[in-house]
Amino acid sequence: MIAELGHFALILALLLALLQASVPLAGAARRDLGWMALARRTALGQLVLVSLAFAALIHAYVTSDFSVANVFENSHSAKPLLYKVTGAWGNHEGSMVLWVFILALCGAAVAGFGGNLPAELRARVLAVQGMIGSGFLLFILLTSDPFHRLVPAPLDGRGLNPVLQDPGLAFHPPFLYLGYVGFSVAFSFAVAALIEGRVDAAWARWVRPWTLAAWCALTIGIAMGSWWAYYTLGWGGWWFWDPVENASLMPWLVGTALLHSAIVVEKREALKSWTILLAILTFSLSLIGTFLVRSGVLTSVHAFAVDPARGTFILLLLLVAIGGSLSLYAVRAPSLKGGGLFAPISREGALVLNNLLLTTAAATVFLGTLYPLFSEELGGPKLSVGFPFFDRTFAPLMVPLLIAVAVGPLLAWKRGDLLGALQRLWLAVAAVAVVILIGLYLTHGGPALAVLGLGLAAWVFTSALVEWAERVKLGRTSAGETWRRARYLPRAAHGMTLAHLGLAVTLAGIAASAWQEERIEIVRPGQDLTIAGYALHLDEVAQIAGANFTADRARITVSKDGKLTAEMDPEKRFFPVQQMPTSVTAIHTNLLADLYVALGDSDGSGGWTIRAYWKPLVPWIWIGAVFMALGGLLSLSDRRWRIGVAVRAPHAARAAAAGD
Amino acid sequence: MTRKRRRLLAVLAGMGMLGIAAALVLNAFSDSLVFFYSPSDLKTKAVPQGRMLRIGGLVEEASVKRAGDGKTVTFRITDGSAAVPVTYSGALPDLFREGQGVVVEGRIDGAGEVRAASVLAKHDERYMPKEVVEALKKSGHWQEGAAQR
Repeated sequence: MIAELGHFALILALLLALLQASVPLAGAARRDLGWMALARRTALGQLVLVSLAFAALIHAYVTSDFSVANVFENSHSAKPLLYKVTGAWGNHEGSMVLWVFILALCGAAVAGFGGNLPAELRARVLAVQGMIGSGFLLFILLTSDPFHRLVPAPLDGRGLNPVLQDPGLAFHPPFLYLGYVGFSVAFSFAVAALIEGRVDAAWARWVRPWTLAAWCALTIGIAMGSWWAYYTLGWGGWWFWDPVENASLMPWLVGTALLHSAIVVEKREALKSWTILLAILTFSLSLIGTFLVRSGVLTSVHAFAVDPARGTFILLLLLVAIGGSLSLYAVRAPSLKGGGLFAPISREGALVLNNLLLTTAAATVFLGTLYPLFSEELGGPKLSVGFPFFDRTFAPLMVPLLIAVAVGPLLAWKRGDLLGALQRLWLAVAAVAVVILIGLYLTHGGPALAVLGLGLAAWVFTSALVEWAERVKLGRTSAGETWRRARYLPRAAHGMTLAHLGLAVTLAGIAASAWQEERIEIVRPGQDLTIAGYALHLDEVAQIAGANFTADRARITVSKDGKLTAEMDPEKRFFPVQQMPTSVTAIHTNLLADLYVALGDSDGSGGWTIRAYWKPLVPWIWIGAVFMALGGLLSLSDRRWRIGVAVRAPHAARAAAAGD
Repeated sequence: MTRKRRRLLAVLAGMGMLGIAAALVLNAFSDSLVFFYSPSDLKTKAVPQGRMLRIGGLVEEASVKRAGDGKTVTFRITDGSAAVPVTYSGALPDLFREGQGVVVEGRIDGAGEVRAASVLAKHDERYMPKEVVEALKKSGHWQEGAAQR
């Protein structure tokens, strides 16, 4: 009964979405306030209906209602409650419901918090959101019904893929989707602006917080996915250039570009049509990310089941959304008036460089990800693009970006002083020199590129600190004055510093992975395995039973220089429902390096394969990502996004803001 | 600087960036494209020696042998009509076992044996790598639903 209610709610939501997509748009054209006001109500109504459907699906999972085909295929009665709930979106149909739920959430947020948007703009934005919603709801109802019933109802389900039964992965899809779908708001604003033919600083002020929020969520989502891969797959890799990873990286790259170009629109009213294009591209890449890979078109470890009927619909949906918005762009963009002029060496110039490099990098990733598909469809050979491709195209494009990220914030708007900026960065230059010299000395003959990477990280880190210190006049005036300046500096400025520091931290973590050590050996209980100065003593391997699995659990005591440092218990689990083994790795970290141990197979005569890795700085990859997301959140809390809030502006604040 | 010159500069910068990207892509493409072969292809087609390639199929039953060092494994990959021996040294994915669909990436040595650099199995045992399914279909050994449950 409840499942039918969920299904019914989805149908009603579709009808509302169709209404929202059409009437407010016509209302905005006719300047009919009543018609425009409908957008708010339908957006809120959609949230209620889709939440109902989502709740109905989760209810079916929690109560293990196996008469619902989706539950039968992806759940099992003997499964911890958490994974019953998260199992709801661990499959194609459920993940689509989560998608429209987040979309409805975004739409309702625009309706709820957009009280001070001009009525026409709000109506058009919500109408575009309604169009996206209609497309997706139609897709769910026609090809991916999550509430399909089975008669007779099976006694028990097939269970959720054990690798998905993990707290890290449980929340990875929602964050990723929050990012993907969050960009839909920027997209809707862009399309609405194209219809209106007007883009101004106020428009950028509305778009930027949405972009920031989506970007933060996507950053966390990608980091969670990579962290999950790191600790579950059992060999310590954290990025594979797999199509799904690339699909999430592309909107992140272009979204990052959008984040920066929107600043230029807001501050200088330049780069308007470019920013619109980026907003369209970011969401288009999010759509491609959701679909092309999930639909199984590309071979990927993440693909859900393949269904040709879905493929056609997806292609159609992509064509309408991307083709339609780009056509609109082609027609309307030339009429957008260009804004303020600037010299190539200026803050704007640096942000343009940032944009060019980020979008080019995204383009190379796009090519590498989709080339196998093109090759096959055009009758060429079957092939795959290996990670050397990405290393050789992506990395060289990131180097100039990372060099520029240090200099850009020190340049003035309109016309900057490059030499002056570089002089102010003497400390950063010194830091780079120190790091590279120490690095080369300690690892002479080692990987020189990794040392260079660390140097680059030091460059970005120090220059972000220098820039911040200059703003608050650290050390040049009294501590009280510095404190006051720091307090009145816009939160967005602190946010930028934090995010750039995070970038440096992540980069250091990536660069240092070149020094990792690996040992794979057969060890018998009572024997030792040594790695990076640690002695790993295998005490025993015991059989244990979990909620829905059995496992071999090793007990390993780790000592360094004769001193006990840790106890580690890697497991090899076996899930009888799915007849599937998984690894639970044991990780001991001191935040400077991880000791990573996975239990392999038994050799049948008392010995066990133990895989041990020592990975320097690897936790920094995710710590840096958290910094980036926190920087984004800090920036999001800036007062100036809350339009209509009276700005409290004592002299100090004005002085600090002037340097902004 | 006039609007026109600024636009020219922007276009030039964009073109320059695309040029650099194209150069990087072409340079990287020349040796990071990994072609896919089925075990039958290896028998019938001329396969470049020493080049990275991917081979997909099922791990042949009773072919997996582990060496005493705990990391070297030899096994055969089959598509039903032909099989090819593989040697691999490293961490195997959890889902690796006999009868399972896998894709190995590696080079062919002089003896026609594959020296694998990596072995890929899916996260989910329900789905086979697409290439494996097609290789099996081509050799006529694909059973609809058998691997998909």
